[in-house]
Amino acid sequence: MKSMLSLSDVSYVYHTKRGETHALDHVSFDVAEGEFYGIVGPSGSGKTTLLSVLAGVLKPTSGKVSVDGKEGTLGAVGYMLQRDQLLEWRTIRKNVLLGLEINRSLTPDNLAYADNLLKKYGLHEFSSSYPHELSGGMRQRAALIRTLVLRPKVVLLDEPFSALDFQTRLSVGDDVHRIIKAEGLTAVLVTHDISEAIALCDKVAVLTPRPATVKSVFDIDIAENHDTLARRDDPEFAKIFKRIWKELEVHEEEIGESLSPQIPTQSTS
Amino acid sequence: MKKKSVSPSHLKYLRNQRRNKGVVVTCQLLLVVLFLGLWQLLADKGVIDSFITSSPAKVWTTFAQLAKGDLWRHVGVTLMETVVGFLLSFVIGTVVAILLWFSQTVRRVLEPYLIVLNALPKIALGPLIIVWIGAGKEAIITMAVLISVIITIINTLTGFISVPEDKLLLMKTLGANKWQTLWKLVFPSSMPTITACLKINVGMSWVGSIMGEYLVSKAGLGYLIVYGGQVFNLSLVMCSTVILCALAGLMYLAVAIVERVVTKAMGL
Repeated sequence: MKSMLSLSDVSYVYHTKRGETHALDHVSFDVAEGEFYGIVGPSGSGKTTLLSVLAGVLKPTSGKVSVDGKEGTLGAVGYMLQRDQLLEWRTIRKNVLLGLEINRSLTPDNLAYADNLLKKYGLHEFSSSYPHELSGGMRQRAALIRTLVLRPKVVLLDEPFSALDFQTRLSVGDDVHRIIKAEGLTAVLVTHDISEAIALCDKVAVLTPRPATVKSVFDIDIAENHDTLARRDDPEFAKIFKRIWKELEVHEEEIGESLSPQIPTQSTS
Repeated sequence: MKKKSVSPSHLKYLRNQRRNKGVVVTCQLLLVVLFLGLWQLLADKGVIDSFITSSPAKVWTTFAQLAKGDLWRHVGVTLMETVVGFLLSFVIGTVVAILLWFSQTVRRVLEPYLIVLNALPKIALGPLIIVWIGAGKEAIITMAVLISVIITIINTLTGFISVPEDKLLLMKTLGANKWQTLWKLVFPSSMPTITACLKINVGMSWVGSIMGEYLVSKAGLGYLIVYGGQVFNLSLVMCSTVILCALAGLMYLAVAIVERVVTKAMGL
């Protein structure tokens, strides 16, 4: 399969009054077309920086990010942020069209595509509703459609479910996974939740603490199954979970007690 | 609202709510009647000197006399000054806030000046305004603007800046430029701050126009009050004050209605 998103030797240094911080250190990985790629790392490991670089909001200090062979990602990558970030004063349809409005590409073709997506994913009857009238799961779906109408080649997901309660989180995760697979998109999910990464992703990369670099990549070999809830019940799931958990734990020992970024405690689901 | 079958307990709740509202309105009206009645009674019995305190009857007579004369000219003058001052300070304040939002450097440069200007009692600038602008309604409008414009800038800018970082990131990832971010995100999400600020400015611009009229004026409610005070016609002072109260209340109501229309149109 051809590579859709590729990072080669990406480093990022940011400056504050106190000095400079190396957030990313020669990060390289490739995401194949149609792949659901997970990135887990301890908190403070530069995940957010990595996402901003992937989204094209930050320019890497050195190294290259390219989508579908072309350098630069702004416009080719859709970004789904933490929480849905729907604008409360816009109807669901107007929220979905926000990106098109900004690009000045409200063509009949694109409008039809947006309405089609709303219809396909059960939000059409809420087109003229306001975000506060929708459930958390539906809001998240609207946010995903807002990303999809721009026809991105890659979708970035920044812990998009972290604000939801556990029950909703499982079903919304499954929902988003299904939609992205149905649209044949490439996705990168950044999370600190190992079980979420395993349930949704085809591959999971583990980051080291700051300056972040890719420590290892796991192929998630759970019987070809697109039902993310069933995947959680697979015996293989627990094994992979343990391996990734160990991998993250190692970092803590390496750093010792001083200044070690905390490894988020996981709820084994 | 949709009609639904309502349970008896809910009907009881609604009835209680209605009754509660009735009690409040009745008490409010009663308070006015009681106050006016007591005032009139004490004046009639000679307990208070109606030459100094006037009385409701005297105020009414003054009002009736004025209404036949040039009361409406005075009301018109003050109302014009206030409304123009109010609108100007809103427009100027918002435009300056937008400019400051655009450039963090300019914002940082001007911050101490804004703070000092905000703390300065604007009435101190009265003599300067008269010399520079002349003793006319322009000076009064300037006073009304000066009193509310600084606080408008500060409040609106605070609203602009407090837009959540995540929402700004969203606009950035969608490729929005600064103008688009302003119109599609920052302005609408600051709407509550802006309308709250407008409500405060209603009072501020009345302060400005009346204060301006105290300094220089040939007509207006502030003029009537000062004139009434000088010739010891306290009924005139009271009458003008009552009219002021009514006008300020109406203007506040108008702004509140605009606020409701705007929030409704925005679906909030």
